Amino acid sequence: MKSAIVVFPGTNRERDMALALRRATGRDPSIVWHSGEALPKVDLIVLPGGFAHGDYLRCGAMAAHSPIMAEVKKRAEQGVTVLAVCNGFQAACEAGMLPGVLMPNACLKFVCRDVHLRVERSVRPFTGRYNAGTVIRVPVAHHDGNYYADRETLDRLEGEGRVIFRYSAPDGTLGDAHNPNGSARHIAGILNERGNVLGLMPHPEDLVDPVMGGSDGLGLFQGLAESLAA
Amino acid sequence: MKAKVHVTLKNGVLDPQGKAIGNALHGLGFGAVRDVRQGKYIEIELEERDAAKAREAVERMCRTLLANTVIENYRIDLDA
Repeated sequence: MKSAIVVFPGTNRERDMALALRRATGRDPSIVWHSGEALPKVDLIVLPGGFAHGDYLRCGAMAAHSPIMAEVKKRAEQGVTVLAVCNGFQAACEAGMLPGVLMPNACLKFVCRDVHLRVERSVRPFTGRYNAGTVIRVPVAHHDGNYYADRETLDRLEGEGRVIFRYSAPDGTLGDAHNPNGSARHIAGILNERGNVLGLMPHPEDLVDPVMGGSDGLGLFQGLAESLAA
Repeated sequence: MKAKVHVTLKNGVLDPQGKAIGNALHGLGFGAVRDVRQGKYIEIELEERDAAKAREAVERMCRTLLANTVIENYRIDLDA
């Protein structure tokens, strides 16, 4: 699997992402600067975490209009797999690649800690390595992770099986106490209509090795490597 | 020409920052405060003399970048 990580000014999670991809695929991803439109031919494009363009105006709003995003959108429409994490998720929503928007956390605080995610669906190319209902532990680190969409959009996402991760208790129970940011219906990660773009706020790339304190996130990258093996 | 753009959250969209401001105002003794909504104010200097064209351009700016119409409304005022 060949992959590329898009870097905007203010992106800061590209190295963690590269490490996770190297770990799962044995090869280094290309790192692509946002201002050039030349994106190598790859099987996976990653929009990583950080604070692109200082999160000015709205999180991800500037990044969504970076020169490279037109090409990222085009590739996604052609069926190329896109993984959008944290600030990347915000940018993908702003770019119209995913529905809804990430608003300031309901608690108004930056939340940086491990959370539990219930895998709602086991679906290639992203979560094929997990069973539906499995609970994984991964970190979050964000101020604007409060997923919002109107009721029809939320109903459609659920009806079409496009809610992939929800914040939960370690045993999979849902509740406001386990929702770190106030996201509608405890949503942590969603798919686009075609199923080739996944956006999620938590950072699975930061728990891919026991030395990091856990490896629950590795399955996502192994699943991608398996599904997208050339 | 100058365009003045107000971007505000749509009704029903939770505004935690507005809520925090409201709580702070209550704490300061402004008991009459019932609800606070926070928005953005943006001024744009335009090289354009035709008000209709200016408005159309700023409309497009609002839809493509200045506002996220999933959650926000915008209002444009033009100063000649």
